[in-house]
Amino acid sequence: MNIWKYGDNINTDMLFPGKYTYTCSTSEEIKPHLLEDLDPSFAKNVKEGDLLFAGKNFGCGSSREQPVVGLKAVGIQAVVAESFARIFFRAAINQGLLLIECPEAVRAYSKEDTVFLDLEKGNIIIGGKSFSFPKLPKEILAIRDAGGLLAYTRSKLKKKN
Amino acid sequence: MSMTFAEKVLAKYAKEKEVVPGQIVTVKPDHLLMHDNASPIVQKIKLELEQYGLYNASLPIIVLDHVIPADNEKTATNHKLIREFVKKYKVQHFFDIGYGICHQLVVEKGLALPGQLLLGSDSHTCSYGAVGAFSTGIDRTEAAALLLTGETWLKVPQSIKMILEGTLQEGVSAKDVVLYIIGDISASGANYCSIEFHGDIHQFSAEERFTIANMGVEMGAKNVFFPVDDVTIKYLKSIGVARSRYAPINPDDGAVYVQELTYDISDISPVIAVPHGVDKVKKVTDVEGLEIQQCLIGTCTNGRLSDFRIAAKILKGKKVHPNVRLLLLPSSRQVYLDALKEGLIDTLVDAGGVLLPPGCGPCLGAHQGVLAPGERCLSTSNRNFKGRMGCNEAEIYLASPATVAVSAIYGKITDPRKEVHRK
Repeated sequence: MNIWKYGDNINTDMLFPGKYTYTCSTSEEIKPHLLEDLDPSFAKNVKEGDLLFAGKNFGCGSSREQPVVGLKAVGIQAVVAESFARIFFRAAINQGLLLIECPEAVRAYSKEDTVFLDLEKGNIIIGGKSFSFPKLPKEILAIRDAGGLLAYTRSKLKKKN
Repeated sequence: MSMTFAEKVLAKYAKEKEVVPGQIVTVKPDHLLMHDNASPIVQKIKLELEQYGLYNASLPIIVLDHVIPADNEKTATNHKLIREFVKKYKVQHFFDIGYGICHQLVVEKGLALPGQLLLGSDSHTCSYGAVGAFSTGIDRTEAAALLLTGETWLKVPQSIKMILEGTLQEGVSAKDVVLYIIGDISASGANYCSIEFHGDIHQFSAEERFTIANMGVEMGAKNVFFPVDDVTIKYLKSIGVARSRYAPINPDDGAVYVQELTYDISDISPVIAVPHGVDKVKKVTDVEGLEIQQCLIGTCTNGRLSDFRIAAKILKGKKVHPNVRLLLLPSSRQVYLDALKEGLIDTLVDAGGVLLPPGCGPCLGAHQGVLAPGERCLSTSNRNFKGRMGCNEAEIYLASPATVAVSAIYGKITDPRKEVHRK
């Protein structure tokens, strides 16, 4: 598992440039351009199960959802940040991508540390030290756990009709 | 219990007597805004639409504005798909290319009214707080689900009260005020929060309030709100919306705010956001003299009649510097026509301006006015992120229409008060 670490205010243009927004929508189209203007090595080297650490206000800017769709598609296990921008936060729930808002964990992490996620307990263990992160409200967890909003909506509509 | 604007609106739409910050509520918005992204949105739910139909044909507002006219076959096909969807499902509020930018149209066509709730798959949906509506941005998938169900969840936000005191100096505008505030509280300073403006707001026209509300998301805000007053009522009347058509919601005295910030706006001088963050705000005088290659006046932030009046007043009888391309981007067809009638377009084009069709144009770097490596653009738009105008080795500076117009003459960043005082 690799850990990718970036700073504050990583905006959606850095995560997925606006010039592709209206021509790339599927995960296969998105993947090669992920983080293109932030870290050109990311798209080439990211692997299933990797974690992404970031500072404050991760995902600020545009409402485009390609960054979330892309991070989910390349297999990012979770994004751990000091804080998230709100549209990005909602988009992650809607795509079933795990976000962990935990400033202490981000600040504690240094390069050689081993990192382990304990989702049952809601803990992230960094270099042997454990940090707990808040669980989402149950109404919202239901959306993420259904595999995202479209799957959740489909099952809701099925029940209703 | 006394409630803020956000609490009152969300309580109303959740059919609750009262709500508190942090509470999750289920709401049915009055409208859902989509633009060119309506194509990927409806493709996500093609089968479900066939099976269950559209929740309500008056819910969606669709505006083709982001890449118009189509710049390639793929974009053209997306636009075609949207037109077919509109026809098939009898979508009531559709604006094809040329009408203008989605946010301008929502307000200009009276589709956002005081006390209403709107969601949009675009981050600058927060603009409609200018006329006392609650509006905020969502992602594409959520828009798709809303087309089917008409409802979603919202977390009741904490509210920040911003009190503006004093009167602006000449040459200083609403854009300077909002950039100054973002510079003060940072790009994440209002994350998840509702911002309410209070104090001496009467001096700001509906257009100026739009500029301020538009940039709320640049400080992380969920929504922005200006109390409904005679300025709002007069503006709505001017676009044909009678007072009987809406029920304003204003915050209660004694509502609880997570933060109260007071700004003496008479102290503010022209400011500028420097690369690559909207909160990297300096006084224009601190970067004066930097050479620029492109200027942009327009967009959903500053593309209204009052903005072009300011620019035309400065550029009348002058020429844009030979090293500069000045792009003009009216926010709607109505603005374009009004500017034509007033002779503003004559003045600006005569000065060397290049007129673009009403739409998003260069702001998002998808087409029109893309920058080259090493170039610097001074723009009235709302974002200066790296790569935003299509090139990650270019620089974008954000300022008011006056600063951009004056700078276009000199070919370098210039304090607009120089020109004001020369007259």
